[in-house]
Amino acid sequence: MNPALIPEGAHPLAATVARFVWLLPLLPLLGFLINGTLAMLGAAKVGPADPSADHGHGHGDAHAQDDAHGHGVNGHGAHDDHHPPPRHKFAGIVSLIGPGVLLAAFGLAVACFLAMRGVEMEHPYVVTLFQWMPVGDLHLDASLLLDPLSMTMVLVVTGVGMLIHVFSVGYMQDDPGYPRYFAYLNLFVFFMLTLVLGASYPLLFVGWEGVGLCSYLLIGFWFSEKANADAGKKAFIVNRIGDFGFLVAMFLMFANLGTLDIGRVAAKAAELPFGGVVITAMALFLFLGCTGKSAQIPLHVWLPDAMAGPTPVSALIHAATMVTAGVYLVARASGIFSMAPVAQLTVASVGALTALVAATIGLKQWDIKKVLAYSTVSQLGYMFVGVGVGAYTAGIFHLVTHAFFKALLFLGSGSVIFAMHAAYHHTHNHDDAQDMRNMGGLKQYMPITFYLMWIATLAIAGIPLFSGFFSKDEILASVFARVSHSTLAESSLLGIPGSTVLLIVYGIGLAVALLTAIYMTRMMLYTFHGPNRTGEGERPHLTEAPWVMTGPLVVLGVLAAIGGWINVPELLGAIGPVGGLEHFLEPVVGQASLRTTLGAPPHVAHQTELLLVGAAIAIAITGIAIAVWRLKPAALVPKKEAPASTGISRVLENKYFVDEGYDAAFVQPTVSVSRAVLWKGFDAGIIDGLFVNGSALLARAFGWLGSQLQTGQVGTYAWVLLIGVITLLGAFTLR
Amino acid sequence: MTAFLSSINYNAWILPALLLLPIVGALGLWVHALLSAKDPADKRWREVRVLAFAFFVVEALISLGLWWSFDPAAAGWQAAVDLPWIPQWGVRFSVGIDGIALTLILLTTLMMPLAVLGSWTSIRTKPHAYYTLLMLLTVGMLGVFVSLDLVLFYVMWEIMLVPMYLVIGVWGGERRLYAAIKFFIYTMLGSLLMLVAILYLGSAASQAGGVPTFSYDYILNNVRLDPTTTLWLFGAFALAFAVKVPMFPFHTWLPDAHVEAPTAGSVILASIMLKMGTFGFVRFALPLFPSAAMNPTVRSLIIALAVIGIVYGALVALVQPDFKKLVAYSSVSHLGFVMLGIFALTTESVQGALMVNINHGVSTGALFLLVGMLYERRHTRMIEDYGGIAKVVPIFATVLTIVSLSSIGVPGTNGFIGEFLVLVGSYKTQPVAAVISATAVIFAAAYLLWALQRIIYNKLSKPENEGIKDLNWREIGLLVPILAAIVWMGVYPKPVLEKTEMAARRLVTYVEATSANTPQTASNSAR
Amino acid sequence: MLVEALALSAVLFSIGVIGVLTRRNAIIIFMCVELMLNAVNLSFVALSKLYGAAGQVFVVFTMTVAAAEAAVGLAIIIAIFRHVKTVNLQNINLLKG
Repeated sequence: MNPALIPEGAHPLAATVARFVWLLPLLPLLGFLINGTLAMLGAAKVGPADPSADHGHGHGDAHAQDDAHGHGVNGHGAHDDHHPPPRHKFAGIVSLIGPGVLLAAFGLAVACFLAMRGVEMEHPYVVTLFQWMPVGDLHLDASLLLDPLSMTMVLVVTGVGMLIHVFSVGYMQDDPGYPRYFAYLNLFVFFMLTLVLGASYPLLFVGWEGVGLCSYLLIGFWFSEKANADAGKKAFIVNRIGDFGFLVAMFLMFANLGTLDIGRVAAKAAELPFGGVVITAMALFLFLGCTGKSAQIPLHVWLPDAMAGPTPVSALIHAATMVTAGVYLVARASGIFSMAPVAQLTVASVGALTALVAATIGLKQWDIKKVLAYSTVSQLGYMFVGVGVGAYTAGIFHLVTHAFFKALLFLGSGSVIFAMHAAYHHTHNHDDAQDMRNMGGLKQYMPITFYLMWIATLAIAGIPLFSGFFSKDEILASVFARVSHSTLAESSLLGIPGSTVLLIVYGIGLAVALLTAIYMTRMMLYTFHGPNRTGEGERPHLTEAPWVMTGPLVVLGVLAAIGGWINVPELLGAIGPVGGLEHFLEPVVGQASLRTTLGAPPHVAHQTELLLVGAAIAIAITGIAIAVWRLKPAALVPKKEAPASTGISRVLENKYFVDEGYDAAFVQPTVSVSRAVLWKGFDAGIIDGLFVNGSALLARAFGWLGSQLQTGQVGTYAWVLLIGVITLLGAFTLR
Repeated sequence: MTAFLSSINYNAWILPALLLLPIVGALGLWVHALLSAKDPADKRWREVRVLAFAFFVVEALISLGLWWSFDPAAAGWQAAVDLPWIPQWGVRFSVGIDGIALTLILLTTLMMPLAVLGSWTSIRTKPHAYYTLLMLLTVGMLGVFVSLDLVLFYVMWEIMLVPMYLVIGVWGGERRLYAAIKFFIYTMLGSLLMLVAILYLGSAASQAGGVPTFSYDYILNNVRLDPTTTLWLFGAFALAFAVKVPMFPFHTWLPDAHVEAPTAGSVILASIMLKMGTFGFVRFALPLFPSAAMNPTVRSLIIALAVIGIVYGALVALVQPDFKKLVAYSSVSHLGFVMLGIFALTTESVQGALMVNINHGVSTGALFLLVGMLYERRHTRMIEDYGGIAKVVPIFATVLTIVSLSSIGVPGTNGFIGEFLVLVGSYKTQPVAAVISATAVIFAAAYLLWALQRIIYNKLSKPENEGIKDLNWREIGLLVPILAAIVWMGVYPKPVLEKTEMAARRLVTYVEATSANTPQTASNSAR
Repeated sequence: MLVEALALSAVLFSIGVIGVLTRRNAIIIFMCVELMLNAVNLSFVALSKLYGAAGQVFVVFTMTVAAAEAAVGLAIIIAIFRHVKTVNLQNINLLKG
């Protein structure tokens, strides 16, 4: 387990292409630098030498020069003409470099993967680039860690990332901020690769915060809308609350284990007392970080708002990669979590609760991206259930398949929004291009998108042989298997025995599967089936997106369909490698998994397993059936004619009023206390007013007293003199 | 490089030269003032700014040699020079540097030309006096960092007060007199107590050695005082430094001084003068009085004030309507990190504190430069007067974003390295303080991003903002080195950390060992 | 004889003091100061009978100084009058902080 034992050069991977692993993050970084430079060159107009020369009076050219980012697909800027604005002058080269660096990185990742298949991966391959923070007892290097877990993530990030980059070429084609967009996207991939490849927790943290930063920049990409800028800021600040937890976890590691290196931490953590306070606190604080990044309760509020960004961003960052970083972190720190069953139960319970809450909200959302956003939160909850119960492979497996089908769903919705927006643009209509009540019957206008999205829907609902079925089933099976005979079952959470907690989690998992099937079918029905509600004038302009966008969709469609075959259960051994991913990840998480299951692989009787699988399939089909049976797309009316909802629907539509609650409980009090009490009251009032200016006033008062003795009136002096003389005379004579 | 420097005997003359050069520069400006007395005012300020800039560039260039001539592995003072000054009192012109002073000297000499460029077009009245004052200020600031004689140190400490008082009072904003006087009296009050303590130390040293001396080294090694006196002397030094830092609750001069000072004044104040306080703690208050500094009551008090400063500064910054004031309060928060790092006293935290010192100098200095640039264009510092200007000034918006991120401490920028080291190191000795301080990462993001949003994002709703011109080449040129430093120190901080490592390690081991040897201090003060 | 002379001197001196303290006109105050001087002169002369000629010498000395003082003082008063058109001391407070 200790990577220090294997010198860099002695590792079998050192002789292969994997020694160029540092190129993986470097390529997107280069892309960022080039695209960023082009963005600056395109937008900037250097000011005059004397900036104060003529200020104040407005110049019209500011308007014309860059009529803002409102031209973007989601923007609602006022448009005067039917012709798309001219493409950005650097659009050609940016379209080449942006996706190009990703393609190169993906190629390298595949090469590394093949190399890794060819060698024995008993130890991770650590490449040290340079000394980073050599301070005192802290010897932090900038090192990359390549092992099966990071390899899996790298493949997902570069592969899905590349497809989304290609899709963006079409989606963002008319945006004035085209180079800026690709610069941010490249930067994001750079940080994401730093996150998954970082060999120490601080370096991982660099990537962790870096992706948050890119998320902030991309959510607020069309920053002229206050709502978008708000959403970006909210995402960053909520994430920072999680980062606080991550930081504290690192403090605990350094103080108790003396190192922050991932491998050494895992080795040393095993020496701490099992289930002790320190290790549990460490795991819980790490998990606080995960709740921020992966939008789990109570920090889930930012992700739905993050849909303000361009849709490919939602697909890449807020579905496929960044938000799954928390799941990755738990798997990465499996050595810590497996030592703290209470923390594991917390992870699983929070995951289950989040999955349930988000799925119920997803039932009543009208914005197509909001449905998908809550679906993402819910599926992330699933993943945490997996890694929480110590089934790290299952969690990562769901992470991979989710990346496929959720990216497909988001890109598909992007393609729908693209078509809707183009249609509204033609008729100068300012209706909501993302509201499902304005859609309906789109299957005849965009058949490719329609079929592909159904594949993804079946995958997420858990219909057999589609990718989501395998991963979701494995998570549920893992939970069930640990109800007895595991460290979790023997532990307890808040006084509830672990086995009971796991049973509840399992039950919630089944319920969420049902809800998932319902809300996804609802989304498909309202979007693609039934009559069209877009509007008479707009209808003729609804068309399928260009090939540069549908191409990536097709690839993702294939992956969403068969992506689950990389890790099939024994029952279905005929179609693919049994436990393929399981074996691949075994060197990284195997030991930790076994610790949770008391040294023996989890075992469930064959018949029980069949029963469980059968139940899951039945639930998925029931869900779809309920949705088809109960929902009537034909009865829907467009958004502007729809009545306001009431009762439970209203609560769900408003996300249980959590945002409002947080605002009233935390945000407003902080601001008003800071303003009224701390600043105006304490700082300006007591410290500055009373003490600082008060002491000045006191000095003045004494000065005034003194000045009264020196009026400058000679007469007064003479009187004082006379009185003095008389007093003295009197004193001498009367003595 | 090292060979060349030793061939010209660089170390033997560089420190006196750095102190003397600004005086020569000031005389040069005086000559220019005499020669150009008949020229039109417009021509005069244009000429004198070029002269001043050229001078500061020369000063920066010759000081750069220190980076190479400094040997990070050597233990004693480097580039030391020791000359008699006032023999009757044993006062000597004794200068020398360690790694801590080195980084701060370079910060000073490198920020000064940028500060001059920052006030390139805004200072038009009394230009000769203005640049002369900046030069005298440089003497004082560099002098504080290099002094190894307590009287010399005190003189330098006071020298820098006067030019800054005049810079704020003459070229400042509307309430400049109030701010300048407040700044002056506040700082003076603290430093007079320090003078008393210095005189006491000097007389104690004379008694110990028989000859009058104020030598830092001599006092450090030979003067032994009883615990109560140590505590009083530490208090006198600590008060002077705490005002300068500024530590909560002695911070209220800072927002006023910052807001009213002209751009260069704010930059120098934030980048360099605030570092005097923390430098004083590291160089004087801790090593001279380790038993008092490590007295549990004193230590917890200072750490508590530092933590309050961190959180309080951030919260008050959150609600400031004036961007310059917001940055000023953020300084209170950042300097709290430095104090926490110093008094947590682990190698990591002290190194981190020194790093935050430099980072704050770079990032906050840059923020003040940027506010100044915006003020020059729109003549307002109120956040609500802006909004959406990223559309008209994309370069400015990009730079402001990067600098803000550095101030927030986003990884990949210099801000992260310092804060992380301080916190991770402090946790070892002060876990509660470290955890509370870590919440500042949330508040820092909140106040800066909120301000950022209200200035450069949102809708461009005010017509008077549409005509704002983007940065010009001069401004871009002066910001590029700062951005480079932000990224460089964030990605590869090792060269800087290496320079300060020896000094930090020595401080920690010395203070720990010395305070452990005199355990009676703690019990004495507890009574 | 001595007692009467000293009593007259005391009365004159008191009149001078009261005049200086109560009057506001610079000329009158000036005259009162002179009155006080002359009261002192009177007591010098009266007491010289007892203590020798030194008292007489002192009177001459005092009168010389008083003459010089009168010259300078009146000049100042005239200058002030030219400047502020009054010799009322209450209005002459230019030097008061």
